[in-house]
Amino acid sequence: MDPIIKLQELSKRYGSQKAVNKLSLEINRGEIFGLLGPNGAGKTTSILMMLGLTEPDSGSATVCGYDATRNPILIKRKVGYMPDHLGFYPQMTGLENLRYIARLNGLDEAIINQRTSTVLEIVGLKDAANKKTSAYSRGMKQRLGLADVLIKSPEVIILDEPTLGIDPAGVKEFLELIKRLSSQHGLTVLLSSHHLHHVQQVCDRVGIFVEGELLAQGTLTDLSRELFGNTGLETLIKLASIPKSIDHLKSTFASYSAINALDISGEVLRFHTTEDITPKIIRTIIESGEDILSVSKKEYGLDEIYQRYFEYSNSKTSKGESRHFKNIQP
Amino acid sequence: MTDSNKLIIPRIPSPFKVMASKEITDLIRSWRFMLLLLLVFFTFAASMYIGVSNIRTVFNNTQDPDHAFLYLKLLTGGDGSMPPFHILLSFLAPLLGISMGFDAINTEMNAGTLTRLIAQPIYRDNILLAKIYSPIVITVTLFFSLSLLMIGSGLLITGVRIEPQEVIRIMGFTLTTVVYISFYLSLAILFSIIFRQPATSALSVLGIWLFFTVFYPMLINLAVKAFMPDPAYLTQSQLMGYNELILNILRIAPNQLYSDAATTLLMPSVRSLGPMSMEQLSGAIPAPLPVKESLMIVWPQISGMIAFSVACFALAYYLFMRREIRS
Repeated sequence: MDPIIKLQELSKRYGSQKAVNKLSLEINRGEIFGLLGPNGAGKTTSILMMLGLTEPDSGSATVCGYDATRNPILIKRKVGYMPDHLGFYPQMTGLENLRYIARLNGLDEAIINQRTSTVLEIVGLKDAANKKTSAYSRGMKQRLGLADVLIKSPEVIILDEPTLGIDPAGVKEFLELIKRLSSQHGLTVLLSSHHLHHVQQVCDRVGIFVEGELLAQGTLTDLSRELFGNTGLETLIKLASIPKSIDHLKSTFASYSAINALDISGEVLRFHTTEDITPKIIRTIIESGEDILSVSKKEYGLDEIYQRYFEYSNSKTSKGESRHFKNIQP
Repeated sequence: MTDSNKLIIPRIPSPFKVMASKEITDLIRSWRFMLLLLLVFFTFAASMYIGVSNIRTVFNNTQDPDHAFLYLKLLTGGDGSMPPFHILLSFLAPLLGISMGFDAINTEMNAGTLTRLIAQPIYRDNILLAKIYSPIVITVTLFFSLSLLMIGSGLLITGVRIEPQEVIRIMGFTLTTVVYISFYLSLAILFSIIFRQPATSALSVLGIWLFFTVFYPMLINLAVKAFMPDPAYLTQSQLMGYNELILNILRIAPNQLYSDAATTLLMPSVRSLGPMSMEQLSGAIPAPLPVKESLMIVWPQISGMIAFSVACFALAYYLFMRREIRS
């Protein structure tokens, strides 16, 4: 099956600054793809180029089978875009705002009536539909924005920083909604964010985008394997009490070839292993007469991946320049 | 599914029509438009009142070659206590145009609605076209209804039959007003694209308006005093030449063009907008000109105003189409 979004060597520069540099990306139908990167990495510019709202300097973007520079209207009929700074006409109600967009999409009045109520139901704004949008909270606006995107029953939805400025509970709800919509209606979702956890929750695949370049893409497990494959796995075991004989434990585990290192500090044992031998470790500990309180296996999340890539791009270009994302705390 | 089986093809309005109708609704419901509408209406009512109360003396003044044009006299006649309607309009009309255009693009840009709008399947220029088309529709409706109101009430009060040429002149005057407003409207829209802040764009257009109405004639006067040789040493034809030059410089100001055009249309005895020599005047009978001649006289003025508006709009169009849309 052809990818629904296909970018080839897409480049765009503003003045001397390269906003997007030779971006090549393929997104398949029905998947949720997360574009991850710090502010100013060129995420929004790439999205605008996909919609034909900004012309690329070179390269091409094909969305739903149309070329973005030549047929932006056809693309915009099938793609819903929610910009990062979302605004509504404050003098109109939520419903009126929605109807306006529906009319601009050339929908018939009867369909508009039916679809607005369905969509408002989905995003949970049915009760607030007749309130002026000037009275909407940030989270409500975000949901209205989603309704706005869904009203044209798109094939692809592109959400630019959809979690910006909403509270954690709202974010969770919002992301779940997106995930549900994607699986129910077979929507392809492209989501940009600088928030790792949010992307981690819903995305099938992620692309890490820094300084206009796509550094890596793939599923989260692929990315962590690629990056941390050499360091291996880390298993943390917490005992009920401080082990009676530390030396005995150490000597027992020394015979296991899969264990690279073992730290014992108080009741916490930290194993570094090349492969997953957690059951074996647990059995050994119990046999040696210790009680286990908890076992946790450290998996590499986006935080670590993100951090790694920043370090990587730091070392690549750290010639006296100050790197603005150095200070970003995961 | 029963609906789709019916053989009714729904009439779906084009995006442009949808946008235009939304813009018109917004404008009509906005406070500033209501305030200006009230202002225009009061001006109109006051000048009509003065016109009607003086109509007997004006009509009986046989010295005036235009005295027989009752309806034109309603608009222009007065006892001097208040400037005539068309002069007041030359001040008010720009305000109307500016108020409807100064925040056309930048407010939408700042509010983030513009990005959402152009992400819909519409052509980008349709947005700008709707932004200029809707205010023009409103001004056309407003001023043509005012004119008809004036003719109608004149008919009711005096019972005098209206001359066809009066109708043509009044409609011509209304059209000139609309063109004049469109000029300031397109200027305001241009500034709303250039400046990000609505306040900045409003102040800039108001500045231009103020410059042309107040300071420009003053500057020209100063310049004339400084550079023009003493008229006592000039021949008749040199003097005429200078006069013509000064007038032409003054005509760069759109309000000058407007008041020239309005005066000529509403006062049929005005036969030239420039200086005339005694030779040209000798033998001329002070009589009203036919409509066609008056229209010939004002045509350069009107085409000048149209050209100004089109130029502003073309520049606005160019800037808007090339504008990076991200906020």
